[in-house]
Amino acid sequence: MLNKSFYLILIISAVFGISFWIGFNVNLLPVEASINAPIYDELFKILFIIGLIIFIGMTIAVIYSLFKFRKRKDQYGDGIALEGNLSLEIVWTIIPSIIVLIIGLYSYNIYDRMGGMKELNHSHEMMTSNTEKIWAGISQASNNEVANNNLSVEVSAMQFAFLFNYPKGEFISGELHVPVDHKVSMKMESKDVIHAFWVPEFRIKQDIIPGQPTILNFTPTKVGKYPIICAELCGPYHGGMRALIIVEEESDYKDWFNKNTKTEVSL
Amino acid sequence: MTISIDSKDSNTNSLQPKGWLRYFSFSLDHKVIGIQYLVCGFLFYLIGGTLASAIRIELASPMSDFMPRDVYNQVLTLHGTIMIFLWIVPVVNGAFGNYLIPFYVGARDMAFPRLNAVAFWLIPPSGLMLVASYFVEGAAQAGWTAYPPLSITTPQSGQLIWIMSVLLLGGSSIFGGINFIATIIKLRRPGLKLMQLPMYCWAMLGTSLLVVLSTPVLAGTLILLSFDIVAHTGFFNPVLGGNVVVYQHLFWFYSHPAVYIMVLPAFGLVSEILPVHSRKPLFGYTTMVFSIMGIVVLGLVVWAHHMFTSGTPPWMRLFFTIATAFIAVPTGIKFFNWVATLWGGKISINSAMLFSCGFIINFVFGGITGVALAQVPFDIHVHDTYFVVAHFHYIVYGGTVFIIFSSIYHWFPKVTGKLMSEKLGILHFAITFIGFNLCFAPQHWLGLNGMPRRVAEYDPQFQFVNQISSIGALLMAISTIPFLINIFLSIKNGNDSGDNPWNALTPEWLTSSPPPVENWVGEAPLVEEPYGYGKPKS
Repeated sequence: MLNKSFYLILIISAVFGISFWIGFNVNLLPVEASINAPIYDELFKILFIIGLIIFIGMTIAVIYSLFKFRKRKDQYGDGIALEGNLSLEIVWTIIPSIIVLIIGLYSYNIYDRMGGMKELNHSHEMMTSNTEKIWAGISQASNNEVANNNLSVEVSAMQFAFLFNYPKGEFISGELHVPVDHKVSMKMESKDVIHAFWVPEFRIKQDIIPGQPTILNFTPTKVGKYPIICAELCGPYHGGMRALIIVEEESDYKDWFNKNTKTEVSL
Repeated sequence: MTISIDSKDSNTNSLQPKGWLRYFSFSLDHKVIGIQYLVCGFLFYLIGGTLASAIRIELASPMSDFMPRDVYNQVLTLHGTIMIFLWIVPVVNGAFGNYLIPFYVGARDMAFPRLNAVAFWLIPPSGLMLVASYFVEGAAQAGWTAYPPLSITTPQSGQLIWIMSVLLLGGSSIFGGINFIATIIKLRRPGLKLMQLPMYCWAMLGTSLLVVLSTPVLAGTLILLSFDIVAHTGFFNPVLGGNVVVYQHLFWFYSHPAVYIMVLPAFGLVSEILPVHSRKPLFGYTTMVFSIMGIVVLGLVVWAHHMFTSGTPPWMRLFFTIATAFIAVPTGIKFFNWVATLWGGKISINSAMLFSCGFIINFVFGGITGVALAQVPFDIHVHDTYFVVAHFHYIVYGGTVFIIFSSIYHWFPKVTGKLMSEKLGILHFAITFIGFNLCFAPQHWLGLNGMPRRVAEYDPQFQFVNQISSIGALLMAISTIPFLINIFLSIKNGNDSGDNPWNALTPEWLTSSPPPVENWVGEAPLVEEPYGYGKPKS
């Protein structure tokens, strides 16, 4: 009996060990390029490890049963007439409930840190009239947020392109240029069907809905070029509906902005 | 009351054609209708599978080069619609439900045999209509979700035929649901208590409740959508003041429960198969019943988790996260109970058993990604990507379709009186299991790294992984060959199975195989312990 529980403990610790090792050493996600991304990846890692433990454990249990309890050639008759075990069933009701509850609360915390639970403040004075109802995606508060230092961009999506309107510069661009480490606030509206704004490296996505503006805020943390991908089926060329977001140093961004701007307003 | 209905049906049945012709007739025999559902569903599975192969061929290269882009969208729309409404829902509910439920409750037929036949005969015409819409002006191309305004602005005839077809299929589903509820509640053999019913009855009772409660909502929604298309009303058209997100709420109010309409019957079927082949009682009967009903209740209040990126208030996101994640609890209980059923048994390793165990492994994997997807912050990144595609194929293919095959191997002797070839069956399982995992496991990575779903072209960096996935799809296509050979060879030359080749205790095996028209020659046996394995026979 002691021997049996020794093996059980050995197997369970091996499952945990393997799951933690895979969880910490296998990276399945793209580059982290926004404040959101490391928070997201933290949640991913936890869910990945818990998932691995359950999956590997269940798979071992099934395969072990198939080997250990397979019917041998000389065997006839039935297995043991075990119809249930109330305490065991209570255990595997309560433990998953606790795990699920903890995951739920933890992901609420993650979502809050991403800024998802914040009510939107009306810093978008130039785009929002009071009567207009705006639906929020993640309204992330940046760590190094400076008042009035937010970059506001109006996004219009149509079959099959994104257009980025910089109200302060009064120009429209097909690429989204943003300065690194600055909070970007986007008001998005669709001209035709539903589209979605997705930057995998930022771990953010928000549908762009006709007749219903949506807002998405983010803060890029890494200079580079990343794809903006439409994630909602929008017609035949849906797969080709992509744009570039170019995250650059503030000085480079200012140069680009000044080159394009029609007014003399500086950032 | 039961007896009067039965005698009337037996008169009608004697006028029905005999032999294979009865499968093409308006038969009122629940066994014939069950087989009609199964074969009809399987033919549509072959069509849906061909469309899936076309998708994987297109995605073997990053450019859109195999078919025109709008045809690609038609193909993915038809693939989804056919697989859901014409293969999985009719087969796990209609086929096995019709064949087994009357046996399980000890009746000679379903409560409403004519309604039953009508429910089946709605399927072939609506399915053919759906497929034929391709030749009119192009089939629907807004995805099986048909989100407006895309579904309003794409070519209209295809979308309208799609709506008509889904309405008819929904009607068929409702007729079936009413019939199952009535049969399970009212036609039980005297002396048979609810808590003595085989688990599949409970699964079908729960599923039918979901069908009856949620399918009318889909029907209403699609009728409004058709008004928007035909009569230019503005329910969902933002140009006319409509709201596109309302459509999503109404659509998912049906289509999330639809997931349970597809998996709960599979949960019931696997609960019948595992005890027989492991020679042990089903572990934890009562908790199994309660978890089915728990899933039914929770399944009705989780729909908005499909809309986390649509723009919903924060509290709503939180509620739907918690509700969705909690479905893992009753589902988890069922999986632990199945493993406990295997534990300490005398397991026959045959095709039915292997497909059932493959189901457990695949579904646990899909369930885990499901709990992750329920978390709003997690979902925001992977929503509408290949991660989701991989997740739901693990649920509906790795889960339900594996159980459909398992059930075919298990009940084939019942229907034909012949045994299937185990060698071909195990070959079928091996190719399906490897092909399935090769096809869908890599898609999780694709989604996490930036490949959205429903695209004909993608970033070339994803080509290698997509090709692995396409090879998996090829194996899945090949896997149907040993299965079909097995079916035809076994029907023609299979060894006689005897009446009860598995020594099973559930009522359908306590009659001859194949069963007589009236199910039992004498009175239906009273089976108080359908899972009484290992107990001294009283």
